[in-house]
Amino acid sequence: MLGWELPPHNSGGLGTACLGLSRALTRQGQQILFVLPHKLPVSDTPFPVLFADDQTLSDTPLSPYLIASSGGGFASLIAQVLAYAQNAKTLAKKLQFDLIHAHDWLCIPAGLAIKDATGKPLIIHVHATEFDRTGGDNINPAVFHIEREGFNKADLVITVSSRTKDILVSKYGITPDKIKVVHNGIDAGDYPKVAGPITFLHSVKAAGFKIVLFVGRLTLQKGPDYFIKAAHKVLQHFNRVYFVLAGSGEMEHQVIDLVAKLGISDHVLFPGFLRGEQLTQLYKSADLFILPSVSEPFGLVPLESVINGTPVLISKQSGVSEVLSHALKVDFWDTDEMANQILAVLNYSSLPQTLITESSQEVQKLSWSSAADKVTNVYNQL
Amino acid sequence: MPALCLYFQVHQPLRLKKYRMFDIGHDHQYFNDSSDSNRNNLKILSKVAAKSYLPTNAILAKILKNYPQFKVSFSFSGVFLEQLETHLPHVLESFQSLVNTGRVEILSETYYHSLSFLYSPEEFASQIKLHQAKVKKLFRAHPQVFRNTELIYNNDLAKYVESLGFKGILAEGVDHILGWRSPNFVYQPHGTKAIKLLLKNYRLSDDIAFRFSSHDWPEYPLTAPKFASWINGVNGSGEVVNLFMDYETFGEHQWADTGIFDFLASFPGQILKHPDNSFVTPSEAIDTYPIRDTLDIPNFISWADVERDLSAWLGNPMQHDALHHLYSLESQVLRTKDYSLIDDWRKLQISDHFYYMCTKWFSDGDVHKYFNPHDTPYEAFISFMNALQDLKLRISQSTSSNITI
Repeated sequence: MLGWELPPHNSGGLGTACLGLSRALTRQGQQILFVLPHKLPVSDTPFPVLFADDQTLSDTPLSPYLIASSGGGFASLIAQVLAYAQNAKTLAKKLQFDLIHAHDWLCIPAGLAIKDATGKPLIIHVHATEFDRTGGDNINPAVFHIEREGFNKADLVITVSSRTKDILVSKYGITPDKIKVVHNGIDAGDYPKVAGPITFLHSVKAAGFKIVLFVGRLTLQKGPDYFIKAAHKVLQHFNRVYFVLAGSGEMEHQVIDLVAKLGISDHVLFPGFLRGEQLTQLYKSADLFILPSVSEPFGLVPLESVINGTPVLISKQSGVSEVLSHALKVDFWDTDEMANQILAVLNYSSLPQTLITESSQEVQKLSWSSAADKVTNVYNQL
Repeated sequence: MPALCLYFQVHQPLRLKKYRMFDIGHDHQYFNDSSDSNRNNLKILSKVAAKSYLPTNAILAKILKNYPQFKVSFSFSGVFLEQLETHLPHVLESFQSLVNTGRVEILSETYYHSLSFLYSPEEFASQIKLHQAKVKKLFRAHPQVFRNTELIYNNDLAKYVESLGFKGILAEGVDHILGWRSPNFVYQPHGTKAIKLLLKNYRLSDDIAFRFSSHDWPEYPLTAPKFASWINGVNGSGEVVNLFMDYETFGEHQWADTGIFDFLASFPGQILKHPDNSFVTPSEAIDTYPIRDTLDIPNFISWADVERDLSAWLGNPMQHDALHHLYSLESQVLRTKDYSLIDDWRKLQISDHFYYMCTKWFSDGDVHKYFNPHDTPYEAFISFMNALQDLKLRISQSTSSNITI
């Protein structure tokens, strides 16, 4: 299993998904050798973790979410990706295994190098494509080529949603028969039950204000601007509400400017990137969680919200909307409808009550173990 | 013996359009979606009329002509009749000509196909009166037998309906109520004086309504001779077999290519081949057969879903909330004496609105999802509650203007 990051040193959903899936596969009797590019402390895993480069990196590893438009870091990211391929090939020669399972473009060169050297079958697991990361504009041709070569040469491809499968077919010209959809899962046990206090939220809630929450990187792909536009429409009808955006990213200034321009600064909060107990508390305090993504291959955060007892409104342009029925759903661009649904949650208490009761039950079925069953089926097709 | 009692339910709701928070106070037309969506009532009505009502009426007309012993009964919701009057008068005429044969009985129900008995017996009685007036006007008929929305029933309902002067009432032949008893006899509701109870034989009814085209069903394909042989099998162990189902079974739930029309056309002939079999209307069944036992049904039953209870309309907090808010407006709405306001309030009582909010089995993509013109139960709830806010606003405006006068 070739990955790029694992918790706690993960910058997003990729590391979480790799851990959840590998753990469930191990529990079902698959022997996983998990390879990371660089030596890093990782959380206790029930499978061995190996490092392609035994040297501890002087810098922190680069985020898998860097895109060309984010500037200088990108060239070093490509260099790290290619170095990973070289090191992984050397490592693989010393190991015994039956197949290669590589996650996203960062691990594709490594996957291809090992396939070349050993002749073992390669599965590429797609959590996001270049089209998702960039919102469709200005895709990086180097990344696109690495992806396309990988999808073409892989023996089978796994995508995290039907929507991602469609992108592989339409944008990369991959034959549909070669692509298997395995939706991500979530295990409630991974999330802290106890939440750390966020004092400000306590006083806000005590004063009878509602909280509508966004959690994610502030990038084009995640649609924070649509969240703000909907917030503006809501505030014209319902004033006792705060909109909270937890996360950071290249759009931060643009989003703050938009908030100022719309004159709603006193109702929008930017606590920055949160994790652990603070994030849990934020989920628990919120009355509604929103995923307004423009293009979301899967989108795990709404499921985290449901586990923490907060109902969700999700973009129809997300993979998670394929598996979560008990959610409010909108097209990301339809901020009128988004505002309409937010207002309904704020005004009619039986709506969030029904949503959270039903979605809490539903989310229990979306476990990593059922995803691992499907991955095992894919392994057996090789 | 046995006699066959056929009753077909004919109802089309007025589906709410997507009614947003921003429409409150501006737009008072809740049911006028004219888009290509399934919330466009005229579009659905026209489609079902062409696929189901007209071809099925033509078959029934032929059967009534060829078999003088054939009889059938209908229950039309008032909102259905009203839509035909306004938009499709030729479909109404085709039903009228069936009724004119004298061998088609019309049953009584609430005009607005509502759950009013659960919330307001007075409102329930008003809607029965409105329905009777409509049926009298369109068919010159005076129904004697009552069937409540979706066969919702309990002892109290039977008692109340008896007090309104009906001689019979229909209900679902639920297993846990009947126990060892058969639905193929006439019963007396617990605590009543003379009203009689007819129970749906749900196995035989559902063989046609639900299983007819199911390839997984061991009895597939269902032919008229096979079905007639099952009816003949009741001989000696029952007096009247009640087949109750939605009229849309023919051509809409079961499409023409399933062979449902051929089945319907040949089925009366097959039944009447056996000299002991006959057809009766609900009134005739009630007049002809004696009460064989009393049935005590304190809790509500219905013909919906496998649960056959109220959970399709009152299964989650949204549904309770929506119904509670709606009926809490009763005295205020009626006090306005504003016809269009009262009519809109009553149209919001159509049971389908609450059925669309049902979250039971929603994630499994079952029948609730199939019949839901809204994308999700949550969107159904949102449009409903928003429309209700507008109605409230209209009530307060109407009330304040009355005061100034």
